[in-house]
Amino acid sequence: MSTLRYGLAALLLSATTLTAIDAEARTLRWARSQDATTLDPHSGNTGPNHVMGHNLYEPLVIRGFDGKLQGALATSWRVLPNDPTVWEFKLRPNVKFHNGNAFTADDVVFSIKRAMKPAADMKSLLVSVEDAIKVDDVTVHLKTKGPNPLLVNNLTNLFIMDKEWSEANNAADPQNLKEKTENGATRNAVGTGPFTLVSREPDVRTVMKRNDAYWGASEYNHGVTEIVYRPIPEAATRVAALLSGEIDYLQDVPVQDIQRLQNSQGIRVNAGPENRPIFLGMNMGLPELRSSDVKGKNPFADVRVRQAINTAINREAIQRVTMRGQSEPIGIIATRFINGYDKAIDTWPKNDVAAAKKLLADAGYPNGFSVTLHTTNDRYVNDEGIAQAVVAMLGQIGIKTTLVAHSLRVHFPGIQRGEYDFYLLGWGIPTFDSHYVFNDLYRTKTPSAGTWNGTGLSDPELDKKIDSLNSEVDQNKRNATIAEIWQWIKANDVYAPIHNQFIAGAMRQEWNIPTDVENTPKMKFLAGSRS
Amino acid sequence: MFAYLLRSLSQATLVMLAVAFIAFSMFRYVGDPVASLVGTEATIKDREELSRSLGLDDPFPIQFVRFLANAAQGDLGISYRQGRPVVDLILERLPATLELALLSAALAFIVGLGLGVYTALNRRGVLANIVMSLSLVGVSLPTFLIGVGLIFLFAVNLRWLPSFGRGETVAFGWWTTGLLTESGRKSLIMPVVTLGFYQLTLIMRLVRAQMLEVMRADYIRFARARGLTERTINFRHALRNTMVPVVTIAGLQLGSVIAFAIVTETVFNWPGLGALFVRSVEVVDIPVMAAYLMFVGLVFVVVNLVVDLLYFALDPRLRGATAVPAR
Repeated sequence: MSTLRYGLAALLLSATTLTAIDAEARTLRWARSQDATTLDPHSGNTGPNHVMGHNLYEPLVIRGFDGKLQGALATSWRVLPNDPTVWEFKLRPNVKFHNGNAFTADDVVFSIKRAMKPAADMKSLLVSVEDAIKVDDVTVHLKTKGPNPLLVNNLTNLFIMDKEWSEANNAADPQNLKEKTENGATRNAVGTGPFTLVSREPDVRTVMKRNDAYWGASEYNHGVTEIVYRPIPEAATRVAALLSGEIDYLQDVPVQDIQRLQNSQGIRVNAGPENRPIFLGMNMGLPELRSSDVKGKNPFADVRVRQAINTAINREAIQRVTMRGQSEPIGIIATRFINGYDKAIDTWPKNDVAAAKKLLADAGYPNGFSVTLHTTNDRYVNDEGIAQAVVAMLGQIGIKTTLVAHSLRVHFPGIQRGEYDFYLLGWGIPTFDSHYVFNDLYRTKTPSAGTWNGTGLSDPELDKKIDSLNSEVDQNKRNATIAEIWQWIKANDVYAPIHNQFIAGAMRQEWNIPTDVENTPKMKFLAGSRS
Repeated sequence: MFAYLLRSLSQATLVMLAVAFIAFSMFRYVGDPVASLVGTEATIKDREELSRSLGLDDPFPIQFVRFLANAAQGDLGISYRQGRPVVDLILERLPATLELALLSAALAFIVGLGLGVYTALNRRGVLANIVMSLSLVGVSLPTFLIGVGLIFLFAVNLRWLPSFGRGETVAFGWWTTGLLTESGRKSLIMPVVTLGFYQLTLIMRLVRAQMLEVMRADYIRFARARGLTERTINFRHALRNTMVPVVTIAGLQLGSVIAFAIVTETVFNWPGLGALFVRSVEVVDIPVMAAYLMFVGLVFVVVNLVVDLLYFALDPRLRGATAVPAR
């Protein structure tokens, strides 16, 4: 009897193992709020486009879920020892495009030059590049205008296209909006990526299947045989689709639904910090604030006022109440993922109303003052809620804040034109280096730098230091300058950093997709086995 | 009749021009399209160049006249967001919206008419009273809530129907339909009910009120005295005479069902024109927004015109009325 039972058990066991192997062939039904605007890998420089691109195309270098840099189409890269203005990339041999064409240095040169054309938004990442040169079939040199030790960080979303296919299919140039016709690469894709395109209906459905000829097929055992990507803009519908079992994986989970999803049967929620600090900017460069009752002088020009604001903000309360735990407070506009991050200076003043009031009084504003705070209401996790909390906290020290919440399409141009006295902004750091923070947020505003510096800060000494980072190839010297700049920033409180927001992904229990610090999950890095 | 048509057409052109003008003067307040076209790394110089190349820094009258001139030649421009011709986008989305709108209108008209007649004839019936109370829900509940409620009941809890999208569709040339596949039909049920519910209750209440009014009229009493069957009285004499206002309202509602499927399409992620418009507003895709608003204007103008003509056909007295001044 018992032998029979064991026999049956063994049979059952082998049967389940068999199904487990079968189940390895699986479709990932993936939804998020937005679709890629186009499949053209060089047209747009936005998150959803890159997320889609990483399935179909590949860059030379890539970042894993943890943000660590590794080779994709390049196997090694270095700055030439005898010429700091040249980056050398050794290319992966025996790689084929989806159409069977061989991947060579010509394709890399073509793609880099294509991405530098005026109609390509990706050109912003290649401003320092002067030329791309083929040395031999597996070696490419990128010549920069001056030494650029950071160039490799700008290439993680720069996808390589097939030169031959692009030229034959009206895709040699990125889509130009002045043209009246559609570009060949807008809805088609021939890359080297781990998935090939099956069908594309913009805003509705994009189907991809595993690329069986992928060079890394054995190395990356992700087990995903098919991806069905469906954008669902409406948050409630998105969550319902996951709960009803029509979706396996959901990006952009609304904060208010995280708890409920965690408590749902068969649903897993993975949350973690994104590489994107949220902070407040104070316009200290104006002679007089436009929205304040203080006339003839600018309260924000006084560092004590900026310190008072930093002290009045209760970051822990914002984390607990507004963000429901889905954030980590910060004291500098940086995350632990980036080069130059120093835990010692990532501190913030303890929330203290009396101390903040005293700082205001010392600065000559014992009764506070009035000011208008501008924020987005459609860009960051709970952006408007954060701003409302700040308004209440500043009210405690006598700063009467009027809140204006609007769309990012109105907000961002306003910051770039320096139109706001006081504003909320978030800053992703895709190069994973402090320079990206300094150059856009702290450097003097010019047509080509300090684009997002809406504070009016302009310090020639600081600018010189920031610019020196562009060309300093000695890592130790460079990092020393970065540390100096952070010290200056810490002393001057130009911004009021609030927190680093978390991103959450929800999925059916049988999947375990980690959060990606750049919010561009690459499915080839998934662990293959079912959990 | 011909003069009337001519007058209507010239009025329609004026309405379309006014729609275009109002739409265009509003676009400036929606935001700057450049902000959503380029990544954060783009410098101020890059942004200004793009803005110039799209003609966004031209004064408002120039932008408006340029749009009109191009639109008159059938060129609605290229979508900023997708880099594809706007005409293609609209044609691609039109079948989804029309299928949804026409089915909803049919549901509203047929069921609304049937229930309206039923509740009018059985004024004191228990079932009629239940239907009447339920119809209050339809009139007062916002579409959004009905949609979300249906999703949670039939998709999340019971898992009978898909919560979003159109399912599998079959294409005939540029037209696509979900009616020929099972998943397509299943996907249609909840959006059609959601979109048609308000219209259904409206038509039902209207038919009922009109029927009750007509049933009190003398000719119904005479008809009864003549010994006609109830059936003939109800359907030949009473119902017919309630149809003029009902057709007017139903026709006008068809226009708003097509034009304002926006909410339903958003809730069910229905790939129609309304959803396209919402996505376009989010990124300030001016060519698509302009084309959509012109389309909605056109739908209303055409529906109004058709309803006016139907009115003539249904009510002989009106024909006489316009005949007098025309002579």
